[in-house]
Amino acid sequence: MSARASIVAAVALAASLGAATPASADHEIVIGVQCDRSGPDATVGAPLCAGFRDYVALVNAGNGVEGHRIRAAEIDTESRVPPALAAYERLRGEAAVALALYGTQIYALAPRLAEDRIVATAAGWGPADAANGRRHPYVFSVASAASQAAAAVGFAKHRLGTLKGKKVAFVPDDSPAGREPIAVLEDLAERERFQLKTFAAPSTGATMATLAVDLARRYRADFVIAHLAGRAPSLAIQELARVGYPLDKVIFFVGGSAEADVDAAGGRAVADGYHGLEFAGVGQEFPVLRAIQAMYHAQGRQPPTRMASSVCYNRGVVMAALQVQAIGNAVAARPDGRIIGDDVKAGMEKIRGFTLGGLTPPLEITPTDHEGGGRLQVWQVKGARFVPVTDWFTAYPRVIARHVTAERGAPSR
Amino acid sequence: MIYREAGQFKTTYASDQAIFPIVQDRVVVALGVLAVFVLPTRFANEYWLQAILIPFLIYALAALGLNLLTGYAGQLSLGTGGFMAVGAYAAFKLSTAFPSLSIVIVFLLSGLIAALVGVVFGIPSLRIKGFYLAVATLAAQFFLIWLFNKVAWFVNYAPSGTITAPSRTVLGVTVTGPTASAAARYVLALVFVAVFALIAKNLVRGRIGRSWMAIRDRDIAAEIIGVRPLRTKLLAFAISSFYCGIAGAELVFLYLGSAETLAFDIGLSFLVLFMVIIGGLGSVLGSFLGAAFIVLVPIFLTNAPHVMGLSLPVAFQKQLELMVFGGLIIFFLIVEPHGLARLWQITKEKLRLWPFPH
Repeated sequence: MSARASIVAAVALAASLGAATPASADHEIVIGVQCDRSGPDATVGAPLCAGFRDYVALVNAGNGVEGHRIRAAEIDTESRVPPALAAYERLRGEAAVALALYGTQIYALAPRLAEDRIVATAAGWGPADAANGRRHPYVFSVASAASQAAAAVGFAKHRLGTLKGKKVAFVPDDSPAGREPIAVLEDLAERERFQLKTFAAPSTGATMATLAVDLARRYRADFVIAHLAGRAPSLAIQELARVGYPLDKVIFFVGGSAEADVDAAGGRAVADGYHGLEFAGVGQEFPVLRAIQAMYHAQGRQPPTRMASSVCYNRGVVMAALQVQAIGNAVAARPDGRIIGDDVKAGMEKIRGFTLGGLTPPLEITPTDHEGGGRLQVWQVKGARFVPVTDWFTAYPRVIARHVTAERGAPSR
Repeated sequence: MIYREAGQFKTTYASDQAIFPIVQDRVVVALGVLAVFVLPTRFANEYWLQAILIPFLIYALAALGLNLLTGYAGQLSLGTGGFMAVGAYAAFKLSTAFPSLSIVIVFLLSGLIAALVGVVFGIPSLRIKGFYLAVATLAAQFFLIWLFNKVAWFVNYAPSGTITAPSRTVLGVTVTGPTASAAARYVLALVFVAVFALIAKNLVRGRIGRSWMAIRDRDIAAEIIGVRPLRTKLLAFAISSFYCGIAGAELVFLYLGSAETLAFDIGLSFLVLFMVIIGGLGSVLGSFLGAAFIVLVPIFLTNAPHVMGLSLPVAFQKQLELMVFGGLIIFFLIVEPHGLARLWQITKEKLRLWPFPH
């Protein structure tokens, strides 16, 4: 297959669009991307945004979306909320129909998105009830904190056989976003009758060494579930390895399961055995990634080295693909391409059986379920490589549903 | 200045004590105040209001508060972020517990609560001075953030741990919450800044301000001439924290809409301190200039390449912005270590003699 053919094939696969192009279709559709290329989460943001942009370039290298070009307007927000708010206003001024967010700005932006009717994808982080399409009509999360918590407990049960009477340690980031899954975990602890103890760690990871000793020696945890981001995950891996805690009894939420986290902890050998939850596949053996490489070769350039940081890069690709797919559905309904946020929302809610060649779990997004099923996959570091140890799965869907729809704890008005 | 002050004689004590003794100054300031109330609400778009003007006003109020404490009373504080958090969480608790209470009163009450907390953390200032006091106030910063993080009561047991501004109206206009227009939020922030800047200006010109400056310049001498250090210092902490508390409440209610403790971390304390240092310690105008510098310059640098038609890679642009911003801070501090307010004063004095400087 020639490079060009594979590009076309990938575009067809990704956007599932017909070949016919309306003659007047030259409208540019803007997606706003809030990036963290600088600031504390730069190791995540840099490959993630590169993935997003490369996928958009791939779509444009083909036929765009039914002939309409997509422009990904990127603004660096340093993982801070005030620049994110300024960026939001700028992107709104540029008539962005959809936003890609990856961080805690989602809490501040969620009410405005509903007011301004702009769709946003918030993957991995965000309110636990973001999967509830009725409560957050314009927010689409891919892996909500509730689903991650349930999946982590489900995996722990699978590894230990039974959780009854076991001790599970939860290590969240010491922030409200970090502690959000505790309610779900407490519920599951009651249901599966395991002991749950929370060891909150500051986002700098400063107290990780004492925390690891406390958790491994004093509490003697049978399993560790960690919800950390930034520099903290690598320190956690390092310190748990140092106190001799078996890393194959550790699972990280999506925020701490990238190659960068493992490498910063001292390399793959140190982190051997450790598990991470993923909402996008790891590695480069996926058709859409090969198409991106082919696109670079066709332009006489080398594919970017960012691709090697495949966990984050692939997440960027998935987020872009999800938005392009929704825009594709929206444009199908309005062929002149003059779509607004509401059209994209409708387009999102029409997504069925979206897998991007296996790079994402099969997503089934509905007006009520904005998470698309909330399936996750566990990957493990084994012999210096990331290998999948489960298929895409969900755990305790009823518990999640109860938390996602619960009125409890909603800010009183 | 471009106008001459010749022929204006002060014949009464009142005219001698006026904030703006020159007629032309009074006219310019009156027109300026009118303009900032009318023009942005009429002509500024959402981006200008939301991303530039509202944060500028809120940071200016916080900088004003810190300037009273650090610039006038000489008490170095790194607890600004913590005191702002007290204001924000107090406003959230008050407005959700008493939904019918006017938001203006909520803001004032949150300022009072912040003032009480400020007094408590100001007590060590009687024994500790200078850098050591900065470390003591740092304890306030960390303790308060820890408290709001740990005690779920402060966030009404929201699982996300965030506080969200409820919708509230003033005179029938929605001013907070997601449905409030940017213009309404701007006007409310502006009213608070205008009123409290006037109060601050009068405070520092009066007995209280003079006693603060006496304590700042030589505390033992001040004590000998009859200034009571405990009362003066605690008053400085109280009033400063009152300003910061209102600024914190505004930060959540008028700007961010929803926030967690991360919004009030140590970075915010430093940011406000930098505003005060760059703007000018011991100057009301300096608080505004410093806030303008810190808020506007990064936004200008972000937009400049875009406006000039340069298409730079996003990552490079951000690094460039940080470098230029850092360079500008160093430049201004070398040119005039006493801040932008002093630069403005020198400019005014030069213009007064212009075009015949000798």
